[in-house]
Amino acid sequence: MNWILVLPIILPFAFAAATLQFRKDFRLQQNLSILGALLHFGACIFLLFKVYHNGIVTTQIGNWPAPFGITIAADHLSVIMVAVTGILNLAVMVYSKAEINPNLLKAGYHPLMHILIGGVCGAFLTGDLFNLYVWFEVMLMASFGLLVLGQKKQQFDGGVKYVMINLFSTLLFIAGLGLLYGLTGTLNMADLHLKVQGVTDKGLLTAIAAIFMAAFGIKSGIFPLFFWLPASYHTPPVAISAIFAGLLTKVGVYSMIRMFSLVFTFDIAYTHGLLLIVAVLTMITGVLGAAAFNEFRRILSFHIISQVGYMVMGLALFTPLALKGSVFYILHHMIVKANLFLISGVSRKTGGSFELSKLGGFYRSNGLLAILFFIPAFSLAGFPPLSGFWAKMILIRAALEIQSYTVAATAAAVGLLTLYSMTKIWGEAFWKPKPEIIDAEIDDKGQPASFWMFLPIIALAILTITIGLVPEPFLKMAGQAAHELLNPEIYVKAVLGEL
Amino acid sequence: METILPLLCGTMAAASIYLMLSGNLIRFIFGLVMATNAVNLLIFIAGRISISHPPLIPEHLPVSELPMANALPQALILTAIVIGFALLTFVFILFYRAYQTLGTVDTESMRFAEPVEKEDVSDTKAMEGNGV
Repeated sequence: MNWILVLPIILPFAFAAATLQFRKDFRLQQNLSILGALLHFGACIFLLFKVYHNGIVTTQIGNWPAPFGITIAADHLSVIMVAVTGILNLAVMVYSKAEINPNLLKAGYHPLMHILIGGVCGAFLTGDLFNLYVWFEVMLMASFGLLVLGQKKQQFDGGVKYVMINLFSTLLFIAGLGLLYGLTGTLNMADLHLKVQGVTDKGLLTAIAAIFMAAFGIKSGIFPLFFWLPASYHTPPVAISAIFAGLLTKVGVYSMIRMFSLVFTFDIAYTHGLLLIVAVLTMITGVLGAAAFNEFRRILSFHIISQVGYMVMGLALFTPLALKGSVFYILHHMIVKANLFLISGVSRKTGGSFELSKLGGFYRSNGLLAILFFIPAFSLAGFPPLSGFWAKMILIRAALEIQSYTVAATAAAVGLLTLYSMTKIWGEAFWKPKPEIIDAEIDDKGQPASFWMFLPIIALAILTITIGLVPEPFLKMAGQAAHELLNPEIYVKAVLGEL
Repeated sequence: METILPLLCGTMAAASIYLMLSGNLIRFIFGLVMATNAVNLLIFIAGRISISHPPLIPEHLPVSELPMANALPQALILTAIVIGFALLTFVFILFYRAYQTLGTVDTESMRFAEPVEKEDVSDTKAMEGNGV
């Protein structure tokens, strides 16, 4: 047993139990959560360095040999995802200290949050398909709870839709999984890679691939399947929607990358061709949807969809450069998007609303917030030298390299439209003078945001600038991840041993 | 059995999708129950139906001499049933609370998270006014 591999999964569960024990003592609970997030962060970064130096790390749970037991495996892709999860967990836990009120604490905010993080890390690290399903369920259960925490009308409405579609997607997932087991007789992902090659009827496998594509597509919010996302992500408290925005759709994208690089690679022209069309449509609809709204978090929610399009595009092009771009994009996006949601929380706290029409004057009244918004917003739009620029540039170059000019043009145009939405928020909330609002519609009176809210935002903004100015080590990691994805035998060898 | 079970499974899936799409939360729950069971049945069939012996190996032998049934699909279904049951309980409570708070089980009229734009509302009101 390699303990460092299971730490990112069991630490959150241990702290979920601990915070549940002290649910009456809110202060202690908050501090415990931050301590838990710190330890989790440490474990994730340690794992990152271990994989960076030694390559893929695997362990067999209960020492059952590989195709029979459950494998936990960390390759570069998994470990990048886990490391960013650690960062976001820490940032959001610190932010929660200021935002989450006693009512939510009483309802079990902290235990649910830890369980969510544990589920996400489990999904990133597992090497077994059925185990992935179980982690999905763990993650979903926690997210269902978190989404309706606070019990506002909006939340129940958004929550019902979120629960409906996500349950259906897990059903699709397990149906595909059952059929795949029926064809190959294994559920270990590395073993599946080998067994799939022996299946004679490739048509059946392609049908199963389509089921998986739909299941993970719902989770990641790709083109025709994304409607649950903008219906629900703007309803819960900000800390919760920030962690959802940063992590949950990315678990879907991760699973899709994993399955469509390791198992379903026998008919790339069909499966990846379909993914490419879907990716282009996802980018366009997401960004156009965002243009139609005037509510801070709803704009950001639609941008998640458009950004997922870029990630899937990298997978669909399926060249070393494209996959590298895709992985780098996920890394950049998770940090930037969670940060933007946190900033929307600060502007809600100081301005009293999420509606852009009711906000204004932050540039004058809160210069720091203006700078802090500027960094992730323009990184999202792809401005040099911020992190989003490199991510978009690599993907567009990858598309040009294989003469997909339409795809490259769409990616560039969507970047411009993203800029439009960001300047809309900038113009409305930051430049426009503060509107005089006397009606009772305003949710809260404005009040100064506390230090605990700014701390994670500043940290994430610095990280965004660092990735932008010194992209070399991050690109190297992403490149290594892409190399492993395109040469599955490295992963298979690490999991199953010498063959 | 090889033909009856897949047909049953398909019928259940079709009926469940019909129920889920009908736009009523109560029907959605029935659809969900049926869909879960259809999927369980699917895994069961995918694991092959065979007349064979339970996967128990006698103590003195390294492997069983008789052909054994594949125990894994059953284990998967068992896990899926347990998880599905937990989710179902949650869905019951969530929908009940949603009904209490929102006052409706009709998904079409649940527009609290995504309110219809104000102009549209006044338009429809004006139209209703004209109609009356």
